[in-house]
Amino acid sequence: MEPVIMKKVQDALDHFANKEVYIHMETTNGAYASHHNESFFSAGAYIRNAQINYEHGKITGNGPYRVGLKLAIGWVYAEGITHFELDDKNRLLMAGHDFDGKLAVALQISETPFN
Amino acid sequence: MEKETQVLVVFPHPDDEAFGVSGTIATHINMGTPVTYACLTLGEMGRNMGNPPFANRETLPLIREYELKEAARILGISDLRQLGYRDKTIEFEDEAKLTNAMAALIAEVKPSLIITFYPGYSVHPDHDACGAAVVRAVGQLPSDKRPKLHCVAFSNNCVEEIGEPDIVHDIRAVADTKIDAIKAHRSQTQLMVENMAEKLKDNDPAMMKWVYNERFWTYKFS
Repeated sequence: MEPVIMKKVQDALDHFANKEVYIHMETTNGAYASHHNESFFSAGAYIRNAQINYEHGKITGNGPYRVGLKLAIGWVYAEGITHFELDDKNRLLMAGHDFDGKLAVALQISETPFN
Repeated sequence: MEKETQVLVVFPHPDDEAFGVSGTIATHINMGTPVTYACLTLGEMGRNMGNPPFANRETLPLIREYELKEAARILGISDLRQLGYRDKTIEFEDEAKLTNAMAALIAEVKPSLIITFYPGYSVHPDHDACGAAVVRAVGQLPSDKRPKLHCVAFSNNCVEEIGEPDIVHDIRAVADTKIDAIKAHRSQTQLMVENMAEKLKDNDPAMMKWVYNERFWTYKFS
């Protein structure tokens, strides 16, 4: 992955708009957060291969970035995005990595289901 | 360490075998005992991607599969099973199905000793759910047909609640193999390995205890 280049991400978001696409989205503190610090409230969410069709998508912010997808009757968004990649299967992979290089958030869009 | 006829290790993530029990595995293999390692997932949800990133969500499982095979090779594990579950989902699986899968594995491998996590005292939900499934599968067997069941625990409250471990293996004789197995899981361990080697060189007591002593609680069925 490489640091976000807004133009490239925006072009990819435009490419996937108004299509049946699959998304992977997660937020995580890691399973050990509360073990290492018992006062830490650990929370996260995960969805893989949800099928959506968004009207338009947008990346905003000055980095870390925010990405929002507007659905006919709802929204998908993620914040804290730092890196992206258009992989060899033409999927848009976006992730937010903390200062230690640990993944904290991911939003991925693909025209075919993820494995 | 007592000589076993067959050891079965059941953990959910590539690298679970390296930290707490790889010295024990290497010792059994050195004694001529075959070891089967059933690893439930590929650690797909690992968070360490590196800075700059060396992996992404979709490539991480492939990297970790390679590392798992490499660690198994270093330890001399002849029978590595990848069970195909997904990281962080074990606790949501159907319990009866998971128990049956473990029971089938045990019936096939016929271990004299099983090593897994102590349910409820192993921090990660996958660890607890994996250990619980193995405990249920062993518990279904008549008491005279049960293999020994040694569990790994490391939650902050484990000693307080289940007492001191009844088995502590000093694995110093195979420490190099253990460190190589930990190193094999490079995507997970590259940051910590240097620090670990440095502290061992300086005879840091806490690090020596952590690396050289492998602790187990014999599971007691009530």
